[in-house]
Amino acid sequence: MRYLLLICGDESAAAHAEEGCGGWTEEMTERGLLQVTGGLRPPAEARTVRVRRRQLLLSDGPFAETKEQIAGLCILECADLDEAIEAAARHPAASYGTIEVRPMLPP
Amino acid sequence: MSTDPVRAAVGAAFRDEWGRVVATLIRTTGNWDLAEECAQDAFALALQRWPRDGIPGRPGAWLTTAARNRAIDVLRRKAVGAAKLREVAAMSYEPEPRAGVDESGVPDDRLRLMFTCCHPALSLEARVALTLRTLAGLTTAEIARAFLASEPTMAKRLVRAKHKIQNAGIPYRVPPAHLLPERTPGVLGVLYLLFNEGYSATAGADLVRQNLCAEAIRLARVLATLMPDEAEAAGLLALMLLHDARRAARLDARGDLVTLEDQDRGTWDAAAIAEGVRVLTGALRREEPGPYQVQAAIAACHATAATPADTDWAQIAALYERLARFLPTPVVELNHAVAVGMAQGPAAGLPLVAALEASGKLAGYHLLPATRADLLRRLGRLPEAAVAYREALELASTDAERRFLRRRLAETGGPA
Repeated sequence: MRYLLLICGDESAAAHAEEGCGGWTEEMTERGLLQVTGGLRPPAEARTVRVRRRQLLLSDGPFAETKEQIAGLCILECADLDEAIEAAARHPAASYGTIEVRPMLPP
Repeated sequence: MSTDPVRAAVGAAFRDEWGRVVATLIRTTGNWDLAEECAQDAFALALQRWPRDGIPGRPGAWLTTAARNRAIDVLRRKAVGAAKLREVAAMSYEPEPRAGVDESGVPDDRLRLMFTCCHPALSLEARVALTLRTLAGLTTAEIARAFLASEPTMAKRLVRAKHKIQNAGIPYRVPPAHLLPERTPGVLGVLYLLFNEGYSATAGADLVRQNLCAEAIRLARVLATLMPDEAEAAGLLALMLLHDARRAARLDARGDLVTLEDQDRGTWDAAAIAEGVRVLTGALRREEPGPYQVQAAIAACHATAATPADTDWAQIAALYERLARFLPTPVVELNHAVAVGMAQGPAAGLPLVAALEASGKLAGYHLLPATRADLLRRLGRLPEAAVAYREALELASTDAERRFLRRRLAETGGPA
């Protein structure tokens, strides 16, 4: 099954982002779990797109102004939820931010 | 063969085998709803066939086979593509199982069912409901009644939980060894919650609710058998048995709580106490202490005292101190203070209660002033005791508690 890992944190998480993933990416690639991974530029650089009544509505900033913002994401192919949770728990961001593990719909 | 013994046999098989049949069917079909449906059909078939053919020597094996055949029928009827037929073919062939087979010849999948039902990704409410439905075989209506919820609410809860297991990929297995220490307490916690729900049910409560204790004990017995190396599983079973042994003596004819001191010890279930002590002794021998074993040891101290005066309070005080290391809660601290007050005299308990009051951790909990009142009363400081009893009366939430406190207050000679 595929799981999306949303790596979330407050502004202080940005500082951690510089530190990289401390070997996590390499380990998950080696285990054959990691399909996609990517860090994100800060939420201030986000543009939000909506189309209503055929009108393009653009706004600056993230969709939701919350303290916790998405800083990165990964897609893992795991045998089950336990494996995905175990992988998420090993990610360095789990120790300072939050990692949301979301099962994905089958392709 | 007459029907009554057969009905009794099917009833007994239902209690003993339901969870096992469902657990096996979930493993072979991967479909929780189908598993339950086919298990139900198997028991219905037993009611038809057993009067004619006799009760099979191994009812569990008979029922599992009947349920599996039913599942194959259902799947075959629904089969549209080659993939479905492959599924049916795979099911018809049950490979000789290696592990988890007991003398009944049926592999026991209940342990994986327990761990899956109690997976931490499910809400606590969902875990409890799933455990009662799939392992204990209670109907949705019964579970709803036991938890004072409406039947549609409970049905929705069960459906959502089963969907989550399927959609989130919660594995159907006993977790690997390295995950067991973090996952086993979750299973024990659900069983203990079930027990406590039943134990707190009043005499007038729905029978289903009262029977939760028996269901919890049955499941704890299964767990302790399937996890013989887990001392806490045995500890939990012992704890339940020792508490349950005193069930009848706990309430008087009016439904009022009777304190341990005033309970008629002749009405305690001696066989259950003996079994509880035996199970606990076996657990303690493993030298892997845990909160359930310590609580069972405390319960055993009470249950094995012939009279209140024979209670080994020094031992109980030491056990509460130990329990506080596993469960550092203010209620455990309060119980420790009570035990010290009994072991070393009320004067020794007072400073412990005072420290708890100063911490503010139990503010609003009526047993805190009630404990202080009791210690003061025994020291003969009656006016102070009366003040504390009145404080407790203000905070008590049930009539039974208030009646008890008023009786005590009257003993201090103070006006109510």
